[in-house]
Amino acid sequence: MSKRGIVLYLHAHQPYRVRKYSVFDTAVNHDYFDDPIYDSGQNNEQVFKKVADKSYRPMNAMLEKLLADHPEFKVSLSITGVFIEQAELWAPDVIESFKRIVSTGRVEIVAETYYHSLAYFYSMTEFEHQVEAHRIKIRELFGVETKVFRNTELSYNDSMAKWAENYGFKGILAEGWDPILQWRSPNFMYRPAGTKSISLLLKNYKLSDDIAFRFGDKNWPQWPLSSNTYNDWVNQSVTGKSIVDLFMDYETFGEHQWEDTGIFEFYESFISKWLSNPANTFYTVSGAIDAFEPVGEISMPDTVTWADNERDLTAWIGNSMQQEALRYIYAMEDDILRTEDIKLISDWRKLQTSDHFYYMCTKWFTDGDVHAYFSPYESPYDAFLYYINAVRDLRWRLHHDHHTGGLNG
Amino acid sequence: MLGWELPPHNSGGLGVACYHMSKALAIQGAKIDFVVPYRAEHPGINFMKIHSATDLTPLERYGLGAYDSSKVIDKPLSKADVNDLKDMRGVQKRYVKFVEKLVLSLKPDVIHAHDWLTMEAGMRAKELSNVPLIVHVHATEFDRSGNEQGNPIVHEIEYQGMMMADRIIAVSDITKNIIMQKYGIPADKIEVVHNAIDAASFDDGYEYNFNTYKYLEALRNEGHTIVATVTRFTVQKGLVNFIRAAARACEKYDKLAFLLAGDGEQRDELIKLSSDLGIADKVFFTGFIRGKKWRDAYSVADIFVMSSVSEPFGLTALEAAYHGNAIIITRQSGVGEVLNSVFRYDFWDEDTLADQIIGIATSDVLRESLQQNVKNEYDKISWYDVAKSCFHIYESMQQKVLS
Repeated sequence: MSKRGIVLYLHAHQPYRVRKYSVFDTAVNHDYFDDPIYDSGQNNEQVFKKVADKSYRPMNAMLEKLLADHPEFKVSLSITGVFIEQAELWAPDVIESFKRIVSTGRVEIVAETYYHSLAYFYSMTEFEHQVEAHRIKIRELFGVETKVFRNTELSYNDSMAKWAENYGFKGILAEGWDPILQWRSPNFMYRPAGTKSISLLLKNYKLSDDIAFRFGDKNWPQWPLSSNTYNDWVNQSVTGKSIVDLFMDYETFGEHQWEDTGIFEFYESFISKWLSNPANTFYTVSGAIDAFEPVGEISMPDTVTWADNERDLTAWIGNSMQQEALRYIYAMEDDILRTEDIKLISDWRKLQTSDHFYYMCTKWFTDGDVHAYFSPYESPYDAFLYYINAVRDLRWRLHHDHHTGGLNG
Repeated sequence: MLGWELPPHNSGGLGVACYHMSKALAIQGAKIDFVVPYRAEHPGINFMKIHSATDLTPLERYGLGAYDSSKVIDKPLSKADVNDLKDMRGVQKRYVKFVEKLVLSLKPDVIHAHDWLTMEAGMRAKELSNVPLIVHVHATEFDRSGNEQGNPIVHEIEYQGMMMADRIIAVSDITKNIIMQKYGIPADKIEVVHNAIDAASFDDGYEYNFNTYKYLEALRNEGHTIVATVTRFTVQKGLVNFIRAAARACEKYDKLAFLLAGDGEQRDELIKLSSDLGIADKVFFTGFIRGKKWRDAYSVADIFVMSSVSEPFGLTALEAAYHGNAIIITRQSGVGEVLNSVFRYDFWDEDTLADQIIGIATSDVLRESLQQNVKNEYDKISWYDVAKSCFHIYESMQQKVLS
């Protein structure tokens, strides 16, 4: 019988933020992602280098150490294509350290869309293109094949699972959300409803979010969390079960939770304590699928994500500005692709990254909780304004350079 | 309470704020004696006693200019002629004398003085009666002059008033910072109490009259977006930048019209500027308006711009929000501290303002989002809460006196 284990999965991503791109730039400059002001907050190079220092470098160093110290330690990563592009430009040593940890054979790369987009919900052809582009990029860079899929923001539904099965993936990741699971535990392997061969791994959101969201929160009754306490929680949670799926942003380490919260020491110590019990181990996502048969079927007809209390896509597609922006960008698909203009197509795809729509979210503004608004922009309206000016410029380029499409205001 | 104007005899936001604040205080049990420097009927004000310090008509008082402190002759009160009611300083001296007598007969628990106009009277009243003085700062001379200069005697009165006051109420953090930085008053003496809007008072059966701005309505029907501002045409309001931004916007998108409702010493300069920039036919000047025409100016507009160089609060932005406008305000406007669903820009940044105007004009969804979301915000701001904050301050003063 297989040992019980932690499935640690980290998601690394940085969008190409749109600079303060005004109507006076539209049809004149096409450099939406190149902010000339270094500390504007929309300068992608500055943000990437900052997060590389705070998170990617120290966390990769820690992962290398953990892999060296503990033969049983394993981790799964998803790294978006737009992350890799930016790392190649501004922090090539980060790519090198990812290559080193992947070469240990104990680090699995998870598949997703290259552009961290919501394409699944708007265009299947574009979605499949982006999944394929990501597989190719991972193959080229790391020499490995992706076998398990996760979609942007851990969005998931039954038909997506069927798609992933048909596409050849052996597993797919989703949120282990109570209203769906009801009496069932996320700490088992499941099978998506209506599929035959693919496995479903469910995030244990309580134990994941204890680290990802609450670790440094001094108002949290459990603060400061010790690695002993957390190790007890995880052991209790997994007793009589198979796995604990700890899924979180890679940037949890050093960026969401700063170094001075003690997150790195905490995690290193927790790994040792967990492995000090010989009944415990770690699995990659594929390793867990190989080790455990599904115990039952789970159905999620409606889309579930790992975001907010609602666990839905409202933070990306909830208001009319977001819906319009998405409609504009996907309406251009055929015209854009027909041009075979590589720069134009790439700019169009970079504008599909889900972060752009998240920045337009007004639900915190209308709730009065402005502090919950994480964005490089002053307001959702600014985010929409710059985005729409860039969309107009795409239309202008179609019209002017390729004599196709209309300008439509 | 010492004030300079009350509706309908006001020429700006000071009178509106004093009216609503007093009304909310009275509802919560305050007994208010309100002093104004003129004699007139105030229909609808029965919740407090209004005292007239002079027999001037409101119109004569307008000539003195409650907001135009640059006209004030540089003379200390001791040299002012109490009989010269054509001179601001003469009227102020008369106002002080009136308050001196009143305070001895009324024996108030607290004196609440609004802006520099009444600060001398407030100080004198405190001296005579030993009653705590609260100075309420709606604007400083730095705001009114729009620069570092201003009238030295007004600066001096403000400085003395704030020094003498037991407590200072500022209408925004912006104003609090000016009081700290320019007048050297310690932070813990200043309380920020943001102004509010009385949505109920707008709910008076008003219906928009499409004929008031018939030409603008016609433009609107042809797809134009109407951009309005309702203000006094003074340097403080940043209207030169606004007109220049309007011209800049028209370079890229010309289905725009600009409604400048109000009047002031800059009017001719602004008319000339819009001609120089070639957009004279797109800029509409109304002159001073009130009542229905004033509300219709908000109603005809799609976008309201507050372009102020320095705006302690800016009630008009809340009024515009009530009438369904998308709001654009400068970062130098205090009202921005209570609104989130707005565009902001720095008053000199004409390109950003132009970009925001075009963005709203060319995107229905952006315009509607701004218009609808800001409504949820002003709904939460009430004069009731302003009065509650004032009461807290009054009570803390009295405890100090007793102990």
